[in-house]
Amino acid sequence: MQLYLPIAEVSVNIFLILGLGGLVGVLSGMFGVGGGFLITPLLFFVGIPPAVAVATSTNQIVASSFSALLAHLKRRTVDLRMGTVLLIGGLVGSSLGLVIFNYLRELGQVDLLVSLFYVVFLGIIGALMLVESVNAILKSRKAGGARKQRKHHYWVHNLPLKIKFRVSGLYISVIPPLLVGVLVGILSAIMGVGGGFIMVPAMIYLLGMPTKVVIGTSLFQIIFVTAYTTMLHATTNYTVDIMLALLLIVGGVIGAQVGTRIGLKLNAESLRILLALLVLLVCGKLGLDLLLQPSELFSIKAAGAL
Amino acid sequence: MIRLVLMFLTLATTLHAESIVLGLSQDSVSITATFDGSDILIFGAISRDAPIPPDAGQLGVIIAVSGPDQRVSVYRKERRVGIWVNTDEVEVDRAPSFYAVATSGPLDDVLRDTEDLRNTITVSRAIRSVGATVPDSATFTDALIRIRAKEGLFQMQEGAVDLEQDTLFRTSFRLPANLLEGDYLARIFLTRDGRLVDTHSTVIPVQKVGLERWLYNLAHVQPFLYGLLSLVIAVAAGWAASAGAAALKR
Repeated sequence: MQLYLPIAEVSVNIFLILGLGGLVGVLSGMFGVGGGFLITPLLFFVGIPPAVAVATSTNQIVASSFSALLAHLKRRTVDLRMGTVLLIGGLVGSSLGLVIFNYLRELGQVDLLVSLFYVVFLGIIGALMLVESVNAILKSRKAGGARKQRKHHYWVHNLPLKIKFRVSGLYISVIPPLLVGVLVGILSAIMGVGGGFIMVPAMIYLLGMPTKVVIGTSLFQIIFVTAYTTMLHATTNYTVDIMLALLLIVGGVIGAQVGTRIGLKLNAESLRILLALLVLLVCGKLGLDLLLQPSELFSIKAAGAL
Repeated sequence: MIRLVLMFLTLATTLHAESIVLGLSQDSVSITATFDGSDILIFGAISRDAPIPPDAGQLGVIIAVSGPDQRVSVYRKERRVGIWVNTDEVEVDRAPSFYAVATSGPLDDVLRDTEDLRNTITVSRAIRSVGATVPDSATFTDALIRIRAKEGLFQMQEGAVDLEQDTLFRTSFRLPANLLEGDYLARIFLTRDGRLVDTHSTVIPVQKVGLERWLYNLAHVQPFLYGLLSLVIAVAAGWAASAGAAALKR
């Protein structure tokens, strides 16, 4: 069954898009990731214009993160003060990212920018995850290996403008969380992702936050930054497609329930390897598109009706 | 020159006195939510005041349907630092978003080049590109035609017009799903030995309707409201999902 998308101005198969949303939902349920970094490239592959894909997936992330945040708020695992600092940085970063995005759109280089960002970030994250989960499996085989002591004196503790973050039990400068927020905001605007895959490691290893509040706090930041990015895309580029978002959301909601159940039955480490391989696969496909000579060297961009 | 053409045209019409009577399978095309392209049938007849003189040349019918004009940027990729990057750009000032031509016979037989040039009938005549900054700008317009043809947006169907007893003609066009809104112009050209005898044109409006129309307008006229609406839907869906999951657990 075909559906004509009013903003993307292409006709798509409903079940294909529902399936995509569902697939990403399954993955996000299994692995606890937002899935924005998968949904955007998958939308490219099915022929949605990149600008619409990026803008619409930010809208989809609002939906998937909101239900997860509700659960974390109930468990009181959200550091609202830290979340707010990250959010302020995120709003600045998102505005910056959109300026870059629109500038390169003018130049006709936005596809390249988005692809490059994806190849670089998916490559790094996928490789790190693969190495870490393989190491974890090897370590668990040699059970009882000496655990590395975590460093507790971070260089970030020596910066000015310190604030107390009670829920995280931290007394640190606001500069590092602000910068993390800015980086994530830029990624959100350019890649159409929530940015949890960058923020979560940064919060643990850079800011030294306790693991239990990291996910909830990052979700808090992601919801507001992606909502803000959606508004920016909607008001400057008119590229948010409600119909497309709705299909992705419905598919994602159902998929996430299925994914959670599958995730409970599988071994966590082999799950992580699977996710890492998937991330590298998407990265490889995007990378090959950049490296191999395309069959059509020309591309066209219409500037709208005269 | 123009006067000569006019004289010639009047001469031609008075000689044969042939004119076109036209019909369409649909007066307009509506883009609904389930729109997946549309076929449009164009048919008609040639009315004559007098019988065809025996020395009249071969009759030809050419039908051209064109969508709204656009300004288009054409980019060419080149390898830079190992990856393929858009390097050269040519701005095409005016290119139709859709262009389909059907003829009753081989194009060279039914249409002379001079007539094509005067009336901008074939697609390469309908594209206007001036002030290109690269030396080989023709390859860019060729690429534009090639890409649009692959998407079904440019069509050239020689011999697709059925011409019966030199009087009745009909053909059909496939309008693809990725159609731009606007007024589509259907032009019918009647030729004898490749020379124009009569032309007729009609407008087929293509419009989004219903929900599609409403959402598109909202997104462009009230983008702030539209953005808020999409967020409200997202938040509501997120809430519903967690409520649903909780209900399932119980």
